[in-house]
Amino acid sequence: MVTLGDYLIVSGILFAIGFAGVMLRRNLIVILMSLELMLNAANLSLVAFSRFRLQPSGLPDYNAQIFVFFIITVAAAEVALGLAILVALFRARQTTDVKDITQLRF
Amino acid sequence: MPPLLFWVFALLMLIFGVAVVVNRNPVASALSLVVSFLGLAALFMSLDAYFVGIIQVLVYAGAVMVLFLFIIMLLNLPAEERRQINWLAAAGGIGVALILLVQICAVIGHFQAAHQTLPPLPRSTTDDVWNIGALLFSNYNLPFQIIGVLVLVATIGVVLLSKREPR
Repeated sequence: MVTLGDYLIVSGILFAIGFAGVMLRRNLIVILMSLELMLNAANLSLVAFSRFRLQPSGLPDYNAQIFVFFIITVAAAEVALGLAILVALFRARQTTDVKDITQLRF
Repeated sequence: MPPLLFWVFALLMLIFGVAVVVNRNPVASALSLVVSFLGLAALFMSLDAYFVGIIQVLVYAGAVMVLFLFIIMLLNLPAEERRQINWLAAAGGIGVALILLVQICAVIGHFQAAHQTLPPLPRSTTDDVWNIGALLFSNYNLPFQIIGVLVLVATIGVVLLSKREPR
Protein backbone atom coordinates (compact mmCIF):
# COMPACT_ATOMS: atom_id res chain seq x y z
CA MET A 1 0.00 0.00 0.00
CA VAL A 2 1.03 3.59 -0.55
CA THR A 3 1.81 5.41 2.67
CA LEU A 4 1.88 9.09 3.55
CA GLY A 5 5.68 8.86 3.65
CA ASP A 6 5.79 7.85 -0.03
CA TYR A 7 3.89 10.96 -1.07
CA LEU A 8 6.07 13.15 1.15
CA ILE A 9 9.30 11.67 -0.23
CA VAL A 10 8.12 12.15 -3.83
CA SER A 11 7.25 15.72 -2.92
CA GLY A 12 10.67 16.21 -1.32
CA ILE A 13 12.45 14.88 -4.41
CA LEU A 14 10.42 17.22 -6.62
CA PHE A 15 11.35 20.13 -4.36
CA ALA A 16 15.03 19.18 -4.52
CA ILE A 17 14.85 19.03 -8.35
CA GLY A 18 13.34 22.51 -8.47
CA PHE A 19 15.91 23.77 -5.98
CA ALA A 20 18.77 22.33 -8.03
CA GLY A 21 17.27 24.01 -11.11
CA VAL A 22 17.27 27.40 -9.42
CA MET A 23 20.85 26.90 -8.21
CA LEU A 24 22.30 25.49 -11.44
CA ARG A 25 20.58 27.11 -14.40
CA ARG A 26 21.37 30.57 -15.67
CA ASN A 27 18.42 31.08 -17.99
CA LEU A 28 15.80 33.20 -16.20
CA ILE A 29 12.87 31.38 -17.85
CA VAL A 30 14.14 28.00 -16.65
CA ILE A 31 14.66 29.45 -13.17
CA LEU A 32 11.00 30.54 -13.15
CA MET A 33 9.95 27.03 -14.23
CA SER A 34 12.01 25.50 -11.41
CA LEU A 35 10.26 27.84 -8.98
CA GLU A 36 6.97 26.41 -10.24
CA LEU A 37 8.27 22.90 -9.56
CA MET A 38 9.05 23.85 -5.95
CA LEU A 39 5.60 25.40 -5.44
CA ASN A 40 4.01 22.24 -6.82
CA ALA A 41 6.03 20.06 -4.46
CA ALA A 42 4.53 22.03 -1.57
CA ASN A 43 1.07 21.54 -3.10
CA LEU A 44 1.60 17.79 -3.29
CA SER A 45 2.48 17.49 0.39
CA LEU A 46 -0.48 19.69 1.37
CA VAL A 47 -2.92 17.52 -0.58
CA ALA A 48 -1.35 14.35 0.86
CA PHE A 49 -1.76 15.69 4.42
CA SER A 50 -5.35 16.63 3.59
CA ARG A 51 -6.18 13.10 2.46
CA PHE A 52 -4.42 11.27 5.29
CA ARG A 53 -5.76 13.42 8.13
CA LEU A 54 -9.50 12.80 7.99
CA GLN A 55 -12.03 15.03 9.70
CA PRO A 56 -14.33 13.52 12.38
CA SER A 57 -16.98 13.22 9.65
CA GLY A 58 -14.61 10.96 7.70
CA LEU A 59 -14.05 13.46 4.87
CA PRO A 60 -10.58 14.77 3.95
CA ASP A 61 -9.41 17.95 5.64
CA TYR A 62 -10.39 20.52 3.05
CA ASN A 63 -8.48 23.37 4.71
CA ALA A 64 -5.27 22.12 3.09
CA GLN A 65 -6.91 21.96 -0.32
CA ILE A 66 -7.96 25.59 0.07
CA PHE A 67 -4.33 26.47 0.79
CA VAL A 68 -3.43 24.72 -2.46
CA PHE A 69 -6.08 26.77 -4.26
CA PHE A 70 -4.53 29.97 -2.92
CA ILE A 71 -1.00 28.83 -3.77
CA ILE A 72 -2.04 28.09 -7.36
CA THR A 73 -3.61 31.54 -7.66
CA VAL A 74 -0.57 33.33 -6.25
CA ALA A 75 1.75 31.24 -8.44
CA ALA A 76 -0.20 32.18 -11.56
CA ALA A 77 0.02 35.88 -10.65
CA GLU A 78 3.73 35.47 -9.90
CA VAL A 79 4.42 33.84 -13.26
CA ALA A 80 2.57 36.58 -15.13
CA LEU A 81 4.52 39.32 -13.34
CA GLY A 82 7.84 37.50 -13.59
CA LEU A 83 7.47 36.97 -17.32
CA ALA A 84 6.48 40.62 -17.82
CA ILE A 85 9.62 41.72 -15.96
CA LEU A 86 11.62 39.28 -18.08
CA VAL A 87 10.23 40.73 -21.31
CA ALA A 88 11.03 44.27 -20.11
CA LEU A 89 14.55 43.12 -19.22
CA PHE A 90 14.99 41.46 -22.60
CA ARG A 91 13.96 44.66 -24.36
CA ALA A 92 16.55 46.62 -22.40
CA ARG A 93 19.44 44.14 -22.48
CA GLN A 94 18.71 41.47 -25.15
CA THR A 95 19.58 38.70 -22.71
CA THR A 96 17.87 36.36 -20.25
CA ASP A 97 21.09 35.05 -18.76
CA VAL A 98 21.66 35.87 -15.10
CA LYS A 99 25.42 35.98 -15.71
CA ASP A 100 24.97 39.00 -17.97
CA ILE A 101 22.90 40.98 -15.47
CA THR A 102 25.45 42.20 -12.95
CA GLN A 103 24.65 45.86 -12.59
CA LEU A 104 23.56 45.62 -8.95
CA ARG A 105 26.36 43.26 -8.04
CA PHE A 106 28.84 44.53 -5.50
CA MET B 1 -5.60 3.85 -6.88
CA PRO B 2 -3.33 0.79 -7.00
CA PRO B 3 0.26 1.35 -5.81
CA LEU B 4 1.60 0.55 -9.30
CA LEU B 5 -0.18 3.57 -10.79
CA PHE B 6 1.12 5.78 -7.99
CA TRP B 7 4.71 4.83 -8.78
CA VAL B 8 4.14 5.17 -12.54
CA PHE B 9 2.82 8.72 -12.21
CA ALA B 10 5.36 9.68 -9.54
CA LEU B 11 8.24 8.47 -11.74
CA LEU B 12 6.75 10.25 -14.77
CA MET B 13 6.55 13.47 -12.79
CA LEU B 14 10.09 13.20 -11.42
CA ILE B 15 11.73 12.17 -14.70
CA PHE B 16 10.17 15.04 -16.60
CA GLY B 17 10.98 17.35 -13.68
CA VAL B 18 14.64 16.45 -14.14
CA ALA B 19 14.19 17.02 -17.88
CA VAL B 20 13.03 20.59 -17.15
CA VAL B 21 16.31 21.30 -15.40
CA VAL B 22 18.73 19.53 -17.76
CA ASN B 23 17.27 20.49 -21.15
CA ARG B 24 19.26 23.21 -22.85
CA ASN B 25 16.41 24.32 -25.10
CA PRO B 26 13.77 26.38 -23.20
CA VAL B 27 10.92 25.06 -25.38
CA ALA B 28 11.83 21.47 -24.48
CA SER B 29 11.97 22.51 -20.82
CA ALA B 30 8.50 24.03 -21.01
CA LEU B 31 7.01 20.95 -22.69
CA SER B 32 8.63 18.68 -20.08
CA LEU B 33 7.06 20.87 -17.41
CA VAL B 34 3.62 20.22 -18.95
CA VAL B 35 4.11 16.44 -18.66
CA SER B 36 5.40 16.85 -15.11
CA PHE B 37 2.29 18.84 -14.15
CA LEU B 38 0.00 16.25 -15.73
CA GLY B 39 1.67 13.54 -13.63
CA LEU B 40 1.18 15.71 -10.56
CA ALA B 41 -2.50 16.17 -11.43
CA ALA B 42 -2.83 12.37 -11.61
CA LEU B 43 -1.29 12.14 -8.13
CA PHE B 44 -3.84 14.67 -6.87
CA MET B 45 -6.59 12.50 -8.35
CA SER B 46 -5.09 9.47 -6.54
CA LEU B 47 -5.54 11.42 -3.29
CA ASP B 48 -9.26 11.98 -4.10
CA ALA B 49 -8.62 15.70 -4.60
CA TYR B 50 -10.46 15.93 -7.91
CA PHE B 51 -11.06 19.66 -7.78
CA VAL B 52 -7.40 20.46 -7.16
CA GLY B 53 -6.38 18.04 -9.92
CA ILE B 54 -8.67 19.70 -12.44
CA ILE B 55 -7.48 23.16 -11.38
CA GLN B 56 -3.91 21.95 -11.78
CA VAL B 57 -4.54 20.88 -15.37
CA LEU B 58 -6.53 24.00 -16.26
CA VAL B 59 -4.32 26.62 -14.62
CA TYR B 60 -0.84 25.12 -14.84
CA ALA B 61 -0.85 22.80 -17.85
CA GLY B 62 -3.21 25.22 -19.61
CA ALA B 63 -2.76 28.88 -18.81
CA VAL B 64 0.69 29.12 -17.19
CA MET B 65 2.38 26.90 -19.75
CA VAL B 66 0.81 28.75 -22.68
CA LEU B 67 2.20 31.93 -21.12
CA PHE B 68 5.69 30.39 -20.81
CA LEU B 69 5.67 29.07 -24.39
CA PHE B 70 4.30 32.37 -25.69
CA ILE B 71 7.10 34.33 -24.01
CA ILE B 72 9.78 31.89 -25.19
CA MET B 73 8.55 32.17 -28.78
CA LEU B 74 8.08 35.95 -28.50
CA LEU B 75 11.65 36.47 -27.34
CA ASN B 76 12.81 33.92 -29.93
CA LEU B 77 15.35 32.49 -27.49
CA PRO B 78 17.95 30.22 -29.02
CA ALA B 79 19.10 27.09 -27.25
CA GLU B 80 21.76 28.03 -24.76
CA GLU B 81 25.18 27.69 -26.28
CA ARG B 82 27.47 25.36 -24.46
CA ARG B 83 29.48 27.51 -22.13
CA GLN B 84 32.35 26.58 -19.94
CA ILE B 85 30.69 24.86 -16.98
CA ASN B 86 31.96 26.02 -13.63
CA TRP B 87 32.28 22.56 -12.08
CA LEU B 88 32.81 23.88 -8.57
CA ALA B 89 29.58 25.90 -8.67
CA ALA B 90 27.67 23.00 -10.26
CA ALA B 91 28.91 20.55 -7.63
CA GLY B 92 27.98 23.06 -4.93
CA GLY B 93 24.44 23.44 -6.28
CA ILE B 94 23.87 19.70 -6.62
CA GLY B 95 25.45 19.12 -3.20
CA VAL B 96 23.16 21.62 -1.47
CA ALA B 97 20.11 20.07 -3.17
CA LEU B 98 21.23 16.57 -2.10
CA ILE B 99 21.79 17.70 1.49
CA LEU B 100 18.28 19.18 1.48
CA LEU B 101 16.87 15.90 0.13
CA VAL B 102 18.68 13.82 2.77
CA GLN B 103 17.39 16.16 5.46
CA ILE B 104 13.78 15.84 4.18
CA CYS B 105 14.06 12.03 4.06
CA ALA B 106 15.49 11.94 7.61
CA VAL B 107 12.62 14.07 8.92
CA ILE B 108 10.04 11.89 7.17
CA GLY B 109 11.74 8.75 8.51
CA HIS B 110 11.26 9.96 12.10
CA PHE B 111 7.67 11.06 11.44
CA GLN B 112 5.41 8.43 13.01
CA ALA B 113 2.27 9.34 11.04
CA ALA B 114 4.16 8.82 7.77
CA HIS B 115 3.72 5.04 8.03
CA GLN B 116 -0.08 5.07 7.84
CA THR B 117 -1.74 3.82 4.69
CA LEU B 118 -4.57 5.50 2.81
CA PRO B 119 -7.61 5.52 5.15
CA PRO B 120 -10.85 4.63 3.36
CA LEU B 121 -13.30 7.42 2.63
CA PRO B 122 -17.00 7.02 3.46
CA ARG B 123 -19.51 7.41 0.65
CA SER B 124 -20.10 11.13 0.69
CA THR B 125 -23.38 12.79 -0.16
CA THR B 126 -21.64 15.98 -1.28
CA ASP B 127 -18.86 16.22 -3.80
CA ASP B 128 -15.40 17.73 -3.62
CA VAL B 129 -16.24 21.05 -5.28
CA TRP B 130 -19.24 21.59 -2.99
CA ASN B 131 -17.19 20.98 0.15
CA ILE B 132 -14.30 23.22 -0.91
CA GLY B 133 -16.66 25.93 -2.11
CA ALA B 134 -18.64 25.94 1.14
CA LEU B 135 -15.44 26.27 3.19
CA LEU B 136 -13.97 28.87 0.84
CA PHE B 137 -16.97 31.17 1.05
CA SER B 138 -17.52 30.75 4.81
CA ASN B 139 -14.22 30.42 6.69
CA TYR B 140 -11.91 31.80 4.02
CA ASN B 141 -14.02 34.62 2.67
CA LEU B 142 -11.60 37.44 3.51
CA PRO B 143 -8.49 35.68 2.09
CA PHE B 144 -10.51 34.89 -1.02
CA GLN B 145 -11.30 38.56 -1.58
CA ILE B 146 -7.69 39.56 -0.82
CA ILE B 147 -6.54 37.09 -3.46
CA GLY B 148 -8.93 38.76 -5.90
CA VAL B 149 -7.27 42.12 -5.19
CA LEU B 150 -3.86 40.46 -5.63
CA VAL B 151 -4.79 39.16 -9.07
CA LEU B 152 -6.08 42.61 -10.03
CA VAL B 153 -2.83 44.24 -8.88
CA ALA B 154 -0.84 41.64 -10.83
CA THR B 155 -2.88 42.35 -13.96
CA ILE B 156 -2.32 46.11 -13.69
CA GLY B 157 1.37 45.54 -12.99
CA VAL B 158 1.79 43.35 -16.05
CA VAL B 159 0.07 45.92 -18.27
CA LEU B 160 2.27 48.70 -16.88
CA LEU B 161 5.45 46.66 -17.25
CA SER B 162 4.77 45.63 -20.83
CA LYS B 163 3.78 49.11 -22.01
CA ARG B 164 6.41 50.62 -24.25
CA GLU B 165 7.89 53.92 -23.14
CA PRO B 166 6.91 56.75 -25.50
CA ARG B 167 10.04 58.07 -27.08
